[in-house]
Amino acid sequence: MKAAVVVFPGSNCDRDLAVALRAAGADVAMAWHKDDALLPGTDLVAVPGGFSFGDYLRCGAIAARSPIAAAVQAHARRGGYVLGVCNGFQVLTEMGLLPGALMRNAGLKFICRTARLHVATADSAFTGNFAQGQEVRFPVAHHDGNYFADAETLARLQGEDRIAFTYASSLNGSVLDIAGVLSANRRVLGLMPHPERVADPGHGGTDGLALFRGLVDQLAPA
Amino acid sequence: MKATVTVMLKTGVLDPQGEAVRRALGSLGFEGVGGVRQGKVIELDLAAQDRATAETEVRAMCERLLANTVIESYRIELA
Repeated sequence: MKAAVVVFPGSNCDRDLAVALRAAGADVAMAWHKDDALLPGTDLVAVPGGFSFGDYLRCGAIAARSPIAAAVQAHARRGGYVLGVCNGFQVLTEMGLLPGALMRNAGLKFICRTARLHVATADSAFTGNFAQGQEVRFPVAHHDGNYFADAETLARLQGEDRIAFTYASSLNGSVLDIAGVLSANRRVLGLMPHPERVADPGHGGTDGLALFRGLVDQLAPA
Repeated sequence: MKATVTVMLKTGVLDPQGEAVRRALGSLGFEGVGGVRQGKVIELDLAAQDRATAETEVRAMCERLLANTVIESYRIELA
């Protein structure tokens, strides 16, 4: 499986994401924000956490309009897989690849701790190696993770089983405690918690491994 | 031509920062502040000379970058 990790000025989880993907067996290339194309044969684009463009204007807003963004959007339109973690999730909503928006945490504080999550659906390449309803622990580190979508969008997400992860208890004010959502074709996932930070025994937890391994298993050439 | 864009969270979208400001005003003794909404102001210096062109341009800028219309509304003033 060939993966591209996008690097923006201010990305700071790009290498962690690359390490986690490589450990799961992916062939990983880094893609610079000024590139206007992905390497041919890219199966998965991973958009990392961090503070792209200093979070200026809105988190992810500038990154979502950078040259690489058009290539990522075209990749998604072709049915390619895209994973956005934390700032990457914000970027994907700003690109319009995922519905809703990430707002300032309801408590206004930056939240940096390990969160208990529930896997809300196992029906995706990202979550197929988890059991539906399984509890996992992923670290969160964000100031703007308060997921918002209008009632109509939420009804659609629920009806189409597109809520991927929820917080086990209210964390940041997210509507329905949503921590991650899938696109309509289930090939784009955005989530605020960091699976790449629990992908090695040295991290103190390995709950995130199943996500990367699941992707590699599903996207490996048949 | 100069344009001033005011971006605010839409009505119905909870504004935790505005709410924190409201509480802080209350703790300073400013009574009677029913609600506070916090937004941002963006000033643009435009090459366009006529109003209609400027308005069309700025509207496109708002839709494509300056506002996230999922959660925000915007208002354009030209001078």
